[in-house]
Amino acid sequence: MPVTHYLVLSMALLMIGTVGVLTRRNIIVVLMSIELILNAVNINLVAFSDYLQNVNGQVFAIFVITDAAAEAAVGLGILIALFRNKETVHADEIDILRW
Amino acid sequence: MQLDSILFYLFAVQILFSALMTITRRNVVYSAIWLISSLVGVAGIYLLQGAEFLAGVQVIVYIGAITVLFLFVIMLVPVSEEAKLRRFSSQLWIVLAVVAALTAEMAYFLVKGADSFQMGEPKPTIEIGTLTTNSEQIGQVLFSEYLLPFELASILLLVAMIGAVVMAKVREGAE
Repeated sequence: MPVTHYLVLSMALLMIGTVGVLTRRNIIVVLMSIELILNAVNINLVAFSDYLQNVNGQVFAIFVITDAAAEAAVGLGILIALFRNKETVHADEIDILRW
Repeated sequence: MQLDSILFYLFAVQILFSALMTITRRNVVYSAIWLISSLVGVAGIYLLQGAEFLAGVQVIVYIGAITVLFLFVIMLVPVSEEAKLRRFSSQLWIVLAVVAALTAEMAYFLVKGADSFQMGEPKPTIEIGTLTTNSEQIGQVLFSEYLLPFELASILLLVAMIGAVVMAKVREGAE
């Protein structure tokens, strides 16, 4: 498979994740869309790692997965703390800091 | 049509369709399950490209830990019935227009620059008996050249673990 196909797949997944982050009201779905974006980046990295026959891309992808795990854990912790105070999971109802 | 191409298109369709389902479902649990389906497709893409260690890590860490964590939190955070009415925020159409424009721009660049991806020598031919496994290659690089990022990643995970526990625990004497 030419590497361009993988790049198009990565770009499409990135765009779908972006739409999910920007439009959904439910914060949990926003976090899931962020995971989609990170997976799109990983596909890109592994595609070039395979094309250039260099394992560095895959090592980078391992670190991205590590980072995604840490960020998901902390993000969901914040969500639970937020929900305990505000009783809602909808992004546009959390407007305490809005001027 | 080679098996390689068929598998790529199968996995690509699975990934993109599952991603679309993830961001559009009303029920958050359905979104999580569609996310799992998308991540399985990504693991398949990794296998197609010879990154079998990464495919294993993807299944174990992403599907087996992160999405399970999502499902736990979805279970703990009750969704009220009226919350199922409006899924998308009011900026849906603006976002779709901007993302469509961005996609068109990136697709144009990809098509225009497709020739520039011919970088130097083609894939080297592999003699029998000289292969190191993918895990071995990653291990060789990860513990020699990338040792510092590896240790920093472990500290990052420790900090994230502490942070998650601190954020989510119930404080004594709070209101």
